[in-house]
Amino acid sequence: MSNNNLYEIRNLKRYFPAKNGKVVKAVDDVTFNIARGETFSLVGESGCGKTTCGRTLLGVYPKTAGSILYNGKESSELSRAEQKEFKRQNQMIFQDPYSCLDPRMAIGTIIQEGMNVHYDYTPAERNEKVRELLYKVGLTADFASRFPHELSGGQRQRIGIARALAMNPSFIVCDEPIAALDVSIQAQVINLMIDLQQEMGLTYLFISHDLSMVRHISDRIGVMYLGSLVEVSASGPLYEKPLHPYTKALFSAIPDIGKRSTKERIRLQGEIPNPMNPPPGCKFSSRCPYVTDRCSHEAPQLQELEPDHFVACHMAAVLNK
Amino acid sequence: MFEEKDFTIIGADAERGEAFARKPVTYWGDAFRRFKENKVAVVAFVVLFLLVISVIVVPILSPYDYTKQDLRSRKEWPSAEHIFGTDSLGRDLFTRVFQGGRVSLAIGIIGAAVVAIVGCIYGGIAAYFGGWVDMAMMRVVEVLSSVPNLLVIIMMSLLFDSSSVSTLLFAMCITGWCPVARLVRSQMLQISASEYVMAARVMGVSPLKIVLTHMIPNTISLIIVNITFRIPGFIFSEAFLSYVGLGVQPPSTSWGALASEGQVTLSFYPYMMFFPAFFIALTMLCFTLMGDGLRDALDPKLRR
Ligand SMILES: Nc1ncnc2c1ncn2[C@@H]1O[C@H](COP(=O)(O)OP(=O)(O)O)[C@@H](O)[C@H]1O
Ligand SMILES: [Mg+2]
Repeated sequence: MSNNNLYEIRNLKRYFPAKNGKVVKAVDDVTFNIARGETFSLVGESGCGKTTCGRTLLGVYPKTAGSILYNGKESSELSRAEQKEFKRQNQMIFQDPYSCLDPRMAIGTIIQEGMNVHYDYTPAERNEKVRELLYKVGLTADFASRFPHELSGGQRQRIGIARALAMNPSFIVCDEPIAALDVSIQAQVINLMIDLQQEMGLTYLFISHDLSMVRHISDRIGVMYLGSLVEVSASGPLYEKPLHPYTKALFSAIPDIGKRSTKERIRLQGEIPNPMNPPPGCKFSSRCPYVTDRCSHEAPQLQELEPDHFVACHMAAVLNK
Repeated sequence: MFEEKDFTIIGADAERGEAFARKPVTYWGDAFRRFKENKVAVVAFVVLFLLVISVIVVPILSPYDYTKQDLRSRKEWPSAEHIFGTDSLGRDLFTRVFQGGRVSLAIGIIGAAVVAIVGCIYGGIAAYFGGWVDMAMMRVVEVLSSVPNLLVIIMMSLLFDSSSVSTLLFAMCITGWCPVARLVRSQMLQISASEYVMAARVMGVSPLKIVLTHMIPNTISLIIVNITFRIPGFIFSEAFLSYVGLGVQPPSTSWGALASEGQVTLSFYPYMMFFPAFFIALTMLCFTLMGDGLRDALDPKLRR
């Protein structure tokens, strides 16, 4: 099992210092694996730590505790040469297509930026590469001389993808890459990403709060709530039969078009708590309809309730009889 | 079934695409092209260029010395002999206006340059180190920029017991760099937190390269525009201070000092005030128009 995992994340924590000495536990004790060639998705409400988790994996934020094994090696203990290779193999695609491209750089320069660090191409080869990449993401070569503001959101997102692909990466963190796009463009970009994944054997960490798109692209899904993973499963079983009360509530909010909806909409009580002082015990206990005494004392751990379907809930076994 | 050879690609002309891709486009090349397209800004630039040349050349070539008094030809109206006329001591105003222009333009340009350099270094250091260094440095800026300019200048001239051009310049620069430092700092912080810098870091681009390719180009254009707009401010401050007697002292002169002299006899000899005032206005207008052009040229969002 171990050698099929590109990433093994164990008890990862990332805390941010906040005002008056408190900490925001943006990622709090998270454990999961990402297998080679799969798309692992992180879903959850905004502010639950998805972005922080993705950025900590790539070393943008140093981790507070825990371990991140990349190809079986602790990613914070790589040698200089290994670090450089890590930076070539691991890329990121951003949510905001407007701020992820330098407004004062021509598109061709943007795509070449990382490539020039890792590959010794001649200028002619570089231009050829840029052309190739532009075609690959569905654009034409004349985009190379344009500037970001001349492009639409979808085109910019394609440039962001081309910039990542220029490195011949093996892993890409896709941080809500379609959230800022028009609905009509979203499917195009998603399909492009799926095609590229198959063509280049990429592994994705796909971050989203749009559950209908996630189902389309993911192999496995992790559901996050206030910095913790509450459920991890292959995407089919998760949509068919969510086990955690939070996941149930989240998924009951997806509109079914065409189908007569049989499931009832589960409404959660209260607001999402402030991440600076989450409730004790299970973080979901303040909003959970099935809360018991035990929940507010003891934090539940992820347990394999069904084969390859993990859930962190004391009541899961009882509720899903 | 279809095979690949059954298809031809239309709509994506490889030859033409290549020609486009090879066209070298840099940010600065593109900005220069856009500046050239802005006729008003180019005219302003040419006028300023001619003005700089003439303040250098005219006092040298002129047959009159700007300090030379000629009591036989006092207060003469403009004529072929004295193009701008003469002042109440019989000095040739044409020579004096361009001599004064040397001082006024030098103050404007040197002042703006000093302010830009100090502001960039200070703001850059504050943004780079951050934390308490940044906090302390920005508090100093806040204190300095709350001191009224005029007060500083009066204090300076008392302190050095003189009001010369260099005192004036020094006094104007002492608080003048604060806005530039603020601008540079906030821009630097904004850029270093941006996602394109994060992308560069993730890809392993070195910090030095990030500073050179992202931070500086995105900051310097702002500074250039800011400085262009600051120059007329400096020229006007000098003119104003010389006008109220705190600036340039005789025998040296400037546009402000000339206007002040002309103002005494304004109702009888308006030409004495007209010429220096005209040049102050012309210079300020040209710098402002050129600044507008630069801002439009350097902002890629306005690229057509
Ligand atoms: N750079 C940061 N400094 C301080 N707090 C942060 C930072 N980034 C994120 N946070 C906090 O961490 C929590 C998780 O944020 P984030 O990872 O962006 O969530 P998501 O991507 O799921 O919306 C939020 O409460 C946010 O305020
Ligand atoms: Mg996010």
